[in-house]
Formats: sequence, structure tokens, C-alpha cells
Amino acid sequence: MIEARGLTKTYGAKTAVYNLSFTVQPGLITGFVGPNGAGKSTTMRMILGLDEPSSGTVTVGGHPYRKLPNAPRQVGALLDAKAVHGGRSARNHLRCVAQLSGIPQRRVDEVLDVVGLREVAGRRSKGFSLGMGQRLGIAGALLGDPQILLFDEPVNGLDPEGILWIRNLMKKLASEGRTIFVSSHLMSEMALTADHLVVIGRGQLMADMSVRDFINTHSASFARVRVPDGEQGQRAKLTAALTEHGGQVQPEDDGALRVAGLPLPRISDLAHDAGVRLWELSPHEASLEEAYMRMTQGAVDFRSTVDQRSGLQQPAGPVPPQGYAAPAPGYAPPAAAPGAPPVQPGYAPAAPQGYAPPPPAPPHAPAGAAAPAPREGEAPR
Amino acid sequence: MSYPPQPSAPAPGAPPVPGAAPGAAPPVPPPPGGGYSSPIPIVRTHLGHAFASEWTKIRSVRSTMWTLGIMLVLVVGVGFLIALAMATDDWVGAPLLSGGLFGLMLGQICIVTLGVLVITSEYGTGMIRTTLTASPQRWRVLAAKAVVFFVLAFVLTTVACAITAVIHSSVLSGQTVPEYEYDDPMFKDSISDSGELVATGGQWFDATVGAALYVSLLGLLALAVGAILRHSAGAITTMVGFILLPLIIALFMQAESLKEVQRKLIEYSPLSGLASLFGIPFFEDGAVGGWGLLSLLAAVTGGMLLLAFALLSKRDV
Repeated sequence: MIEARGLTKTYGAKTAVYNLSFTVQPGLITGFVGPNGAGKSTTMRMILGLDEPSSGTVTVGGHPYRKLPNAPRQVGALLDAKAVHGGRSARNHLRCVAQLSGIPQRRVDEVLDVVGLREVAGRRSKGFSLGMGQRLGIAGALLGDPQILLFDEPVNGLDPEGILWIRNLMKKLASEGRTIFVSSHLMSEMALTADHLVVIGRGQLMADMSVRDFINTHSASFARVRVPDGEQGQRAKLTAALTEHGGQVQPEDDGALRVAGLPLPRISDLAHDAGVRLWELSPHEASLEEAYMRMTQGAVDFRSTVDQRSGLQQPAGPVPPQGYAAPAPGYAPPAAAPGAPPVQPGYAPAAPQGYAPPPPAPPHAPAGAAAPAPREGEAPR
Repeated sequence: MSYPPQPSAPAPGAPPVPGAAPGAAPPVPPPPGGGYSSPIPIVRTHLGHAFASEWTKIRSVRSTMWTLGIMLVLVVGVGFLIALAMATDDWVGAPLLSGGLFGLMLGQICIVTLGVLVITSEYGTGMIRTTLTASPQRWRVLAAKAVVFFVLAFVLTTVACAITAVIHSSVLSGQTVPEYEYDDPMFKDSISDSGELVATGGQWFDATVGAALYVSLLGLLALAVGAILRHSAGAITTMVGFILLPLIIALFMQAESLKEVQRKLIEYSPLSGLASLFGIPFFEDGAVGGWGLLSLLAAVTGGMLLLAFALLSKRDV
């Protein structure tokens, strides 16, 4: 069991983790999720006594980590891969870690077998791939047969087989009644692995609940509605009618409408009353990934912008008049995408010819505009 | 994005909440009683475990083999060449074992480098996080590192100095000390009854154990500096500066008003202590001898180690 109470860590003026409280229960896999830079690794380091919290406390099995008499026998940790001296062989690395906590040599070979590194145990870990490095780190975590395990981004660099292996390993460890705390920025991975979720963004707790509750609370359903192509009037009319009756309507890239807040039959009725024909009316439910994206949208530290490529242009010369709008064929200027739907009626998303940069606003704006926090508050009522 | 086959279920009533009633959802499944406990008994760890671990660590990296190997080659090899060079003259004008100094002056750089690397390589590679996770009693790790390194450096440097001393003794003994040298304090007690140059027991001890202790202390100081700076290049540069700069600065202090400062810089420079232990002090009338300077170095090293311990337990890793 891991208990954090009011955990806060500041580095100078930057607050990496703020007032974080959560409990990690035994017998479950608890996923620790958040965007890059959200404070996951900082929290992990504080749990392991590597970083001292600025305020607040965190205990493992009831004790602060640095007070544990034989830490590796109670807590195993996979830190970011390659917290390893590359000049040492895998076996010697594990041996020196094992000796620190009085673990016999036999155990080293045992865990080498468990992670499948027996054959390369004599090789210097400098030459290991990322996946092999992860396996070595996992071997180190398992050395002490601990009741609490922390994995920081364990699937990084693993191949699909390796990912399946670590997933099953964690499930097995949890089923033995151990406490498993695993951080990841991949919500899709957590959906398959975790029983419980602790979500943080910008160092603050955003959710602490079971995976099922998380989906129920944070995924929003909506309907996709499509009017016949080329009939802009119909589209506007339907939008007006739906909005009037309390629906939230947002245009999608391909000309369809995304309608939230109205049940499907009601949308159909309203369309009928407005005299609008429908080519599509389909239900959608956001996945865990989407729910997570919606939730953490405001908490992403590193956001990318569309590559303008203006830095590459010659500052002066005869070319500028036409500017950048008409380069090689096969390049579709951004403006073309959202407006007129292309010729194919059924399905026509972004890339009709070659390469089209994604239009900047639409995909993010809808969900972002409706701030996630107030909606959360509304949900239980 | 998925297309669930059941069209009726998720009809969006209230915006964010789909069919399942969220209030009724059960909380976390109850933890299956008590959690896991390992069948293997847990031992209480102590400093001995850290010694074993650090011994494995220092043995299993190439930098140890390289630095110590080069140290041995330099001390013995340069010592041998100097002995050959001195053997051509009838009278060399220096104590019998003093030629070992020059090889050791080079060899000490290897010991200093290893001392730094023992700790900074862990910071450089991230290994320190693994180490301190495995042993949250941080002082134990640094203490074990210091002891294991010091003992290893001391034993090997003593061996290197002893081999060199034996070479010098066998190649250069049998010289007749000229009459005019009899009053020189440098040769006090080291002239046999028949007028030949010999080395006293004290000189043997100083040129082997004393010199090795001195160099190992320098290495330990380097380890402390490495633990404080946590950066290989920075710590090695600092240590080389500490060893050489006093002499280099003194070289340019020729002004009369600076004579006293210049003298102090030379007398208390790290190399001065080593030279004194080999019987060729920089100043015949120095206030402190080789062992005095060695004690001074030990005090400085102790102070820096204390600082290193304090910082290690306080700092984030």
C-alpha cells in the first residue's frame, strides 16, 4: 500500500507536483497517468525517497521509504530505463544490487530467467536495446520478491511481445496480492492493464477512481449526423433546429455534424420537423483514450503547433506575391479541408491528394471549448 | 472512436453521462486480504552488505582495471627508467629511494581519476538512483565506496611503491657517499659505516607505506569532491588543479613582496608532502615534514568527506 498525503514538490519557481493525495491499494494494478511533464516521475521519485517532498508525506507499507530497513525486499522499482552503469554486465549489475540487501546470488540468475536475459547476462549493458534495458530494470525490481512494485513507463521501448509479457506479468503479480503502481502516458495501454487509475495533469490530481468509473464519468457520447452533400442550406437549418432544442452542434471535418445533448430519436424527430433529410445518424461513445484526452487537454505542457515552414523561406525575392499558397501539386492548402466536402460522397476525410496539413482549429476546439472541469461537476446530479 | 452495435443504449441524455448510472457504480474492489508477503525471510541490512556490493561494483567495470593498471605501469616503469638513468653516475646525490617519486607523481593522477569515477560514474549513468533505491540509507553507500576504494588504492599503490623501492635499492646501492655530503641532513642516518649510501627502515616505510597512504588520501579526497560535484570532468579537473596549481601559481610569484606567499604555496602544495616522504623535501628547513603534510591532507579529506555525506543525505538524486 502506498499513501501520499498532500505531496508537493517545487523546483525553484516551478511546481512539479502540487498537493497530491492518493492511495494505492494492494491486489490491484493502479495506473498512474498524465501527459508528459505532468509530474509522474517526480512523484515516483518522492515515493522512493530519491527526492524530498517540499511538503506533504508519502509512505510505503506505512513507513517513509528512507526508513525501510531493507527496502528492496519490500519495494521493487523500475526507474526510467538505463538507471544502470553501462560498463557493467547485466549479471554483475544485478549482483551488486542484490548484495546491498543481502539477496543471494541464486536469485540473480532466477530473475534473469524471468525476464529472459539469461543468455546476454554476461554482456555489458551498454549494448542493450531499450527493450533489453527495460527487462534488466524489471529484473532489478523483482530481485527482492517485494510486495510493492513501482514501474515507471515499463512498456517504453518494448516490442509487442514484450508489452504483452509485461502486461501479463503485472497482472500475475497483482493477483498474488501485491501492490502494483505503474505510470504511463499511454491511456490505451492502461485501459488494457489497470484496474484503478490515478490521473494527474500539471502536477495536480485530476482523478482517482476505477477504470470503469473513469470511463463512465468522463467519456461523452454524441451522435454523428450527416445531411446530403452539397446542401448547405439543409445543414444550417438542422443546426439551428438542434441548437434551439438544447443540442450542442459542432461541424466535423468531413461535413457531418457532431451533436451532443440530444438523444438519437429526438434528433431524428427534429430533422423531420425541419424538413431535413438525413444520410447518417449514428451513435458514438468516446473511448478511454478520448476521455483522457478531453480531461487532460488543459493540462498539457508541451503543445505542438502546425509547422508553418516560414522559417525556410527566402526573406526577399520575386516569389513572395503568390506566397506559399500554390507550391507543388499534391499539396492541399489548409483552407480547403473544412469547407467544401470533396467529391466522394460516403467517406472523405482529410487527405484527398497526397498531403494536407490538418486544419488547426476544428479537432481540438469543440472539446477544449467546453471546459472539462465544470462538466465533471454536473455529472452526478 | 468506435461504432457500438447497439443504437439505442448510449443515446445522449445528459451530455457527459451515458447509460450507466454513475452514482451507483461500486467503489474500488476490496483488496484481497493483507496483500503479499514473500516466503523468503528478510534480513536486516548493514554496512557489510554495502561493502560487498561496492566491491562487486569496483571490480566489474573497466575503468578500475585501466586506471589501476596504468598506475602500476607508470610507477614501476618510470621508477625503473629513473633507476637506470641514475645508475650511470658514481654518485647520484639523492637518497637511495627518492627516485620513486617521479613515477608516483604521474601514478597519483590515475588514483585521483579512479576516486572521482567511483562516485561520478553512478551519477553520469543514472546508476545512483538504482543504488539509492536499493539502499535508502545513503551514508552507507558512500561509506562503503570510500572504504573499498581507499583500501584497494592503498594496497595497490603500496605494492607499486615497494617494487619501485626494491628496484632502486638493488640498482643504486653500493655508492660511496663523498665526504662533503656527510653534514647534509638529507643523508642523516643513511650512510653506512663503510661510507656507502643505504636506506634506513624509516625511509623504506616512508617511500612505500607513507607515499601510498598519501596518494590514497588524495584519491579519497577526489572521491569526496566527486560526490560533491557529481560530475566526472568537473571533479577530475578540480583535483588536478588542486595538485598542480599551487606550484604553477608560485612559479610566477617572483616579486620580493610575495616571497613569503610563494614559499608557503610551494611548501604546502600536495606534491611537497609526497616529495618529503621520499626524502627530498622542497625546503630543507620546512616547518612540517612529510607526515605533517600527510596529516594535513587527511584533515582536509575528512572535512570534504563530511561535507559529501551531508550533501548526499540532503540532496535530491
